Amino acid sequence: MNAADFPILTTLIVIPAVAAIMCLFLRADGARLIALIATLFNLILGVWLWASYDPSYGQWQFQESVMLFGPVGWKLGIDGISLMLIMLSLFLMPICIGASWRAITDRVGEYMAAFLFMESLMIGVFAAQDLLLFYIFFEAGLIPMYLIIGIWGGKDRIYAAYKFFLYTLLGSVLMLIAMLWMIQQAGTADIPTLLNHDFPPEAQTWLWLAFFASFAVKMPMWPVHTWLPDAHVQAPTAGSVILAGVLLKMGGYGFLRFSLPMFPEASAQLIYLVFVLSMVAVVYTSLVALVQKDMKKLIAYSSVAHMAIVTVGLFAFNQQGIEGAIIVMLSHGLVSGALFLCVGVIYDRLHTREIDRYGGLSINMPKYALFFMLFTMASVGLPGTSGFVGEFLALAGTYQVSTWATLICATGIILGAGYMLYLYRRVAFGEQKNEDAAAMPDLNRRELWLLAPIAAVVLWMGVYPESFLRPIRADVSKIVERIDRAAPDGDSALLADDPAMKGYRVQRAEHGDKEGSAH
Amino acid sequence: MSSIEIIVFLPLLAAIVAGLGQRLIGAVAAKTLTTGALFISCILSWPIFLGFVSGDIQPYVMPVAQWVQSGGLSFNWELRVDSLTAVMLVVITTVSALVHLYSWGYMEEDPDQPRFFAYLSLFTFAMLMLVTANNLVQMFFGWEGVGLASYLLIGFWYKKPSANAAAIKAFVVNRVGDLGFMLGIFGIFLVFQTVSIPDILAAAPEQTGSSIGFLGLRLDTMSILCILLFIGAMGKSAQLGLHTWLPDAMEGPTPVSALIHAATMVTAGVFMVCRMSPLFEASQYALNVVIIVGATTAIFAATVGLVQNDIKRVIAYSTCSQLGYMFFAAGVGAYSAAMFHLFTHAFFKALLFLGAGSVIHAMHHEQDMRYYGALRKHIPITFWTMIAGTLAITGVGIVGLGGFAGFHSKDAIIEAAYAASNAANFGGYAFFIGVFAALLTSFYSWRLIFLTFFGKARWIGSEHIQHSVHKTPKQAGKDTTGGYHPHESPWTMLLPLALLTVGAVFSGYIFKNAFIYAEEGGTAFWAASTLYFNVDLIHAMHEVPLWVKLSSTVAMLTGLLVAYMMYIRSDDAPQKLAATFRPLYNFFYNKWYFDELYDLIFVKPAFWFGRILWKGGDEGTIDRFGPNGSAALIAFGSRMAVRLQSGYVYSYALVMLLGLVALISWMMVAAR
Repeated sequence: MNAADFPILTTLIVIPAVAAIMCLFLRADGARLIALIATLFNLILGVWLWASYDPSYGQWQFQESVMLFGPVGWKLGIDGISLMLIMLSLFLMPICIGASWRAITDRVGEYMAAFLFMESLMIGVFAAQDLLLFYIFFEAGLIPMYLIIGIWGGKDRIYAAYKFFLYTLLGSVLMLIAMLWMIQQAGTADIPTLLNHDFPPEAQTWLWLAFFASFAVKMPMWPVHTWLPDAHVQAPTAGSVILAGVLLKMGGYGFLRFSLPMFPEASAQLIYLVFVLSMVAVVYTSLVALVQKDMKKLIAYSSVAHMAIVTVGLFAFNQQGIEGAIIVMLSHGLVSGALFLCVGVIYDRLHTREIDRYGGLSINMPKYALFFMLFTMASVGLPGTSGFVGEFLALAGTYQVSTWATLICATGIILGAGYMLYLYRRVAFGEQKNEDAAAMPDLNRRELWLLAPIAAVVLWMGVYPESFLRPIRADVSKIVERIDRAAPDGDSALLADDPAMKGYRVQRAEHGDKEGSAH
Repeated sequence: MSSIEIIVFLPLLAAIVAGLGQRLIGAVAAKTLTTGALFISCILSWPIFLGFVSGDIQPYVMPVAQWVQSGGLSFNWELRVDSLTAVMLVVITTVSALVHLYSWGYMEEDPDQPRFFAYLSLFTFAMLMLVTANNLVQMFFGWEGVGLASYLLIGFWYKKPSANAAAIKAFVVNRVGDLGFMLGIFGIFLVFQTVSIPDILAAAPEQTGSSIGFLGLRLDTMSILCILLFIGAMGKSAQLGLHTWLPDAMEGPTPVSALIHAATMVTAGVFMVCRMSPLFEASQYALNVVIIVGATTAIFAATVGLVQNDIKRVIAYSTCSQLGYMFFAAGVGAYSAAMFHLFTHAFFKALLFLGAGSVIHAMHHEQDMRYYGALRKHIPITFWTMIAGTLAITGVGIVGLGGFAGFHSKDAIIEAAYAASNAANFGGYAFFIGVFAALLTSFYSWRLIFLTFFGKARWIGSEHIQHSVHKTPKQAGKDTTGGYHPHESPWTMLLPLALLTVGAVFSGYIFKNAFIYAEEGGTAFWAASTLYFNVDLIHAMHEVPLWVKLSSTVAMLTGLLVAYMMYIRSDDAPQKLAATFRPLYNFFYNKWYFDELYDLIFVKPAFWFGRILWKGGDEGTIDRFGPNGSAALIAFGSRMAVRLQSGYVYSYALVMLLGLVALISWMMVAAR
């Protein structure tokens, strides 16, 4: 049976919402079970969706459209890019529920409800085809996350939740104004129509900047990234997983869905703003990550550096750059999610995230050490893991536009290796200097079931990324086609037969003389 | 399954089973499995190599699976088999199989053996992927894969802080080179619109003479591409500037040093330059960079090797120096000579390392040669095999007749440098350095032998020996052996030594025709690969004046003589000499102060900047003028928040929701 004959996107949104309402009225065990069943069932539906998706033509598939009041329509539909990000959300959700199974004991029903609502809203963001519907999903997604940090977070949760809220709100107000102007100007809120609408270039710049304000915070890009480390540190493990795994991807998705195809001229014009901020981000946050003492903070800063690779790739204006950026988004969603789970595993045992309190975990937790090593290597972009495919393609694309941006962003592979291996060494290698850390038991079966699926997908994406590239290929080429008219000239243009380069040719010795002297 | 697929993937399979299933199958099974897999790979590799030598096999590419396709950029998993691959196949699988066997004895007392063997096999797989790559990205996969295995094996004894530090250093310094390699691949894709090696090499002549933008400069296309690739080679092959990780890598178990840090991984850079040689042939500029870096490394590492006391470090610097030889051979255009030296070096250097391991095993893990001496009677087999290795590395032989392995390959390099030298390249520089470094090679190699096997026993000075015999030097009195009895190693360690001895003695003489004699087989052999075989240079090489041919032999004899005078005939000559030339001695002993310099300009500032940016940038500037600035406005509110806890959060969320609803309603009104 094909999923197209069925309002599957609405179903994917409704199931978690219904389950969320049920959770609110259930006791802890019931809520956990309902949440797990709902998210797993949604994942199965997602697999069906992926299997029914036809990658040969891309946008738009599984479209649904019901006009609500006024100009707002319940319009859903996906292309390959949305599909992949929806799959990422659906895949991480049951893992988040599993990660919270024992760690959350307080107000479990409400906690599960917050996560389930968030799942609905995330799918809504990636599936919305109406500008205002998108905005509602995009903004409403903040609320459950805000609650998760603010209620189930750590010691300084209020400050972190407040910072998270302040940053994200500020950006989105500007975006809302821009959206209203666009609806006025184009006369429609329909995203597929807007994608082919040419806004006047002078207006594009302002619109682009308004969207940028919102997406740059969500990415997050330097210098509006400081909410992220605090939010991660305070959030419960599953909150961090979903924050790093999916919420950060909304910024990249926004650039891809709105900024690039709707404002190609402005994107080309402001390309160096994006490049410079990304270059600063890679070096800056990598160095900051190097000196962190808190595990979660370190991984949070590394996220900012990785997201900078996404932004340069997206603005490379070519197939490799954009496809690479999408793969980095998917890969980072999995890998940083897994790294936060790894932190969660030992946090649950020792209740501290301080790196120095651990050490020598390879001795008493060999299985844990193995998974942690795999995700560390994926994070530093070792070939054969998902991280490499994305980074390589994104940077290969960027190189065609700016060699400087490529060089500076590629230093991330050196610095990244530095801070991640330094972290790994302090946590898993060395002597067991802390008795309580040395007494921690290895992964239990539940934790194994959380980490093993992610590990499998990370390797799958590294060795055979075609499964993930095929669905997005047609849609990325549509975007590239659309923005091609504004594509900037690279700084590495090839000039054939340049007469200035004569002196570089190989000159062989006159063997005659030498032979003469030999006899 | 064709034989090449078995050769490459069997070690991977063995590594996975041994690594993940060690508890299930047990240590002995894990060791047997990995060792067996490598011997099978080795047995299957030799026929391929010999087939190319005899000309019975044609090069082919075996597709395995699709990898990445993105726009015009596509690369797949493929196994390329040509004569260049075949040389590497036999080197890798032979040394790896012997090292696996050797580790049965050497690692006998280690509680974590399955992990060690799994890493060794994993390394072998990555290395095989590197040499069978038909596109640059798969080569990069192998390139980084061997880096991972090297990292894991250097840090194998992960409780030791020094081992961990060395492992991270190796990985990070290699990544500096990898950055160059990666940029080179990007540039190549930009220019050629492909990353397939044969396609690039075929298209290279068309792009010769073009220029390309890079970092705002306009540069010769071929020069910049080759130099970027070469930066990758410098990292992996520990060339000057990016060499600092190699000596520290000796923290790993000795079999690892033999396999990875002598015979195979570190030669990957040389292999890459040879693989891409038609590209390098398009730029004299890039070749000159290769010559200068190679030759300078050869002399640098040799000077440092002169004064080191750790037996493994001497051999490590020797490796670094010999890699320099291979590079300048490639730089002058004698790629086949570079590959020949790579081939022979793998045997004699693995032999020297495993021999050193046998000595260390006998001396209760003592690595300092100052506490060795007089060992030749106690461990005679190790002694004789190491003598063979030393004769091979110092290039002992008779011009016109033949000699040990290094005699053929190193002399070929020195002759090529002389023959190729002209006004445009640095062949002359390379020639003189090559001869002088040969003298130093001979000196430090014989110094190692004399300090270890000859003279008086100085064992009691070693803490390891003291622990073993439970005596202090005072208690031992005049008996400088402390009553310690070194034992010859078990057969699992001696058999690999014996087999490698065969290679160290004969591999040069037997295969010289295929590698460096044009009419006798070289032309045909290398035609079945991407290696650029310069027949003119090969002819010129064989016709250099007699004094050139003799020069390296003279240098070798001089080095031997000086070492003999200093370490056998005299007791205190080394100390006196060190005292006389104290600054120079310190300079060499401290490895030209590279580590200190890098620490000062890279490592310390990185941490310093990290702290500044964190405290001063994020917290001191962005937060202070951003969220915290406005936070002050509602400081009262946040104090309330702490008191009210989550109730406050809920109401805030409610406000957000209401705000959203209000905005939407307003929007709808406005839109109408």
